[in-house]
Amino acid sequence: MHRYTVQRVGFALLTLATLVVVAPILLVVAVIIVQGAAAIDWEFLTAMPRDGMKAGGIFPAIVGTLLLTLGTALAAIPVGVGGAIYLSEYARDSRLTRAIRLAIVNLAGIPSVVYGLFGLGLFVLFLQLGTSIVAGSLTLAIMTLPVIISTAEEALRSVPVEFRTVSASLGGTRWQGIRYIVLPQALPGIITGVILGLLRAAGETAPILFTVAAFYLPRLPRSPFDQTMALPYHLYVISTQVPGMPLKIQHGTALTLMALVLSMNLAATLIRSHFRRQRQW
Amino acid sequence: MIAGRVHTTPPRWGEFFLETLVRILGVSTIGFVALIFLFLLREGAPVFVEVPLSNLFGRAWYPTFDYFGTLPLILGSILVTLTAIVLALPLGVASAVFVREVAPGWAREVLKPLIEVLAGIPSVVLGFFGMTLVAPFIRETLGAPTGLTAFTGALILAYMALPTIISVAEDALDAVPKSYRDASLAMGATRWQTIWRVVVPAARSGIVTAVMLGMGRAIGETMAVMMVTGNAARMPLTLDSLFRPVRTMTATIAAEMGEVAQGSTHYHALFGLGIILFVLTFLINLAAATTMFRKRQRGGLR
Repeated sequence: MHRYTVQRVGFALLTLATLVVVAPILLVVAVIIVQGAAAIDWEFLTAMPRDGMKAGGIFPAIVGTLLLTLGTALAAIPVGVGGAIYLSEYARDSRLTRAIRLAIVNLAGIPSVVYGLFGLGLFVLFLQLGTSIVAGSLTLAIMTLPVIISTAEEALRSVPVEFRTVSASLGGTRWQGIRYIVLPQALPGIITGVILGLLRAAGETAPILFTVAAFYLPRLPRSPFDQTMALPYHLYVISTQVPGMPLKIQHGTALTLMALVLSMNLAATLIRSHFRRQRQW
Repeated sequence: MIAGRVHTTPPRWGEFFLETLVRILGVSTIGFVALIFLFLLREGAPVFVEVPLSNLFGRAWYPTFDYFGTLPLILGSILVTLTAIVLALPLGVASAVFVREVAPGWAREVLKPLIEVLAGIPSVVLGFFGMTLVAPFIRETLGAPTGLTAFTGALILAYMALPTIISVAEDALDAVPKSYRDASLAMGATRWQTIWRVVVPAARSGIVTAVMLGMGRAIGETMAVMMVTGNAARMPLTLDSLFRPVRTMTATIAAEMGEVAQGSTHYHALFGLGIILFVLTFLINLAAATTMFRKRQRGGLR
């Protein structure tokens, strides 16, 4: 029948389009892994860079990225989870709430390089934090906020209303209901959201360009007010700014960064599916 | 507010403090947007005084010679973004339809995490891949002097916008009531006819939202674009501009901010570009959010 031929062609086209989307993803991941695997060894991961980054390892960049991610977490988690609790448990459908939601959508849409400008203007210059881990972390934290708030709110909302009514019927205050019933139930979802936000922060380059990143600093940062190297910026520097850079070091850095980010991604997925299977509501 | 219907014991003193704190944190998001705009203005607004408008919207960007024409950069951003969307829209919608409506369960389980992987790959890694593999490929295919072109950037950007487009379009398809599909199938329509004539049109507004959010993502993307577009600040007006180097607003900021003297006209001009980007993405997201909220208020469809 003619219309079933049309259907077959249509479905074939949809399948083809999906393959065109998916195949390059696999290609990128495979190429980065294959190229990078040859470059990575213990020394590469744990040694300081030498000879203007053309030899040695990328240890300070790894440490820098971990420190920045930690700093981002410290600043973004309390604000993000607090904001999510407000939106899911307290906010009425008012003009203010709508303004908050709009603000979150817009925070999520602001270009990363504009966050960099903002961080330079507010943290580095106005608050005189200098190009430092603190300034970079705070910039990244604000950028991460919308991801954390949205996912944490969704996790809190997915806890059934009955949990709250039972808590209230036993004489619990609203905060007790949140603290002892809702929050623990929503915790896996919140952790997933936090990881998803942080992995974005760990991989971003533009916000740290003017707020923290050091071009070449073959030592570990000495304080939160020190500059640091960071993996994404390091990859940018060695692939565009340094002529005659050995390809091997570029490949190794690309793989290290991708592995870090994708393992966080994997952790988030595993936590989500593990607890979804476990929960009884 | 979920617990609105629940009558609880009134809060104690310590709890009252925590509840106020949580409220402040919620409202702080508005403060952050305002703060960002304020600081962009503070550092960027002087450029509108220091440089005459005819220069500012001129066709030449040579900051060392005091030419601050933003037009080639704005057009560069628009060229790259629109091309990316033209590439990503059909692919994204088709994949969303495939995942939601056609694919068997196991394929969905594989596809969704894979698309999340794409969303997670850092921009600079995609830029590196584009620079070392895609650009040489394009150079040889076109026989052009360089593979670092607007098209290379658009191609990478299309893939960066795809996860957003796919996930929002999927939500839109998901919001189409099952009764629509049942009714169509009961009338004797094939699954394809149902998808093409009923489901996709019903999800139209959500798909528009998806495209807008994808566009917002694409126009603000920085590192990958900077690494693969060649960064020549020229007016992209001829037909072959797509296959020539181009320079976007984001790349200009990222590339030049490190080298300017703080407080100089060039410095203010880069913040000025930031203001333009902020306003553009604000408007795009505002439009996307309005369609999203309106849909939610009407309780589901359109």
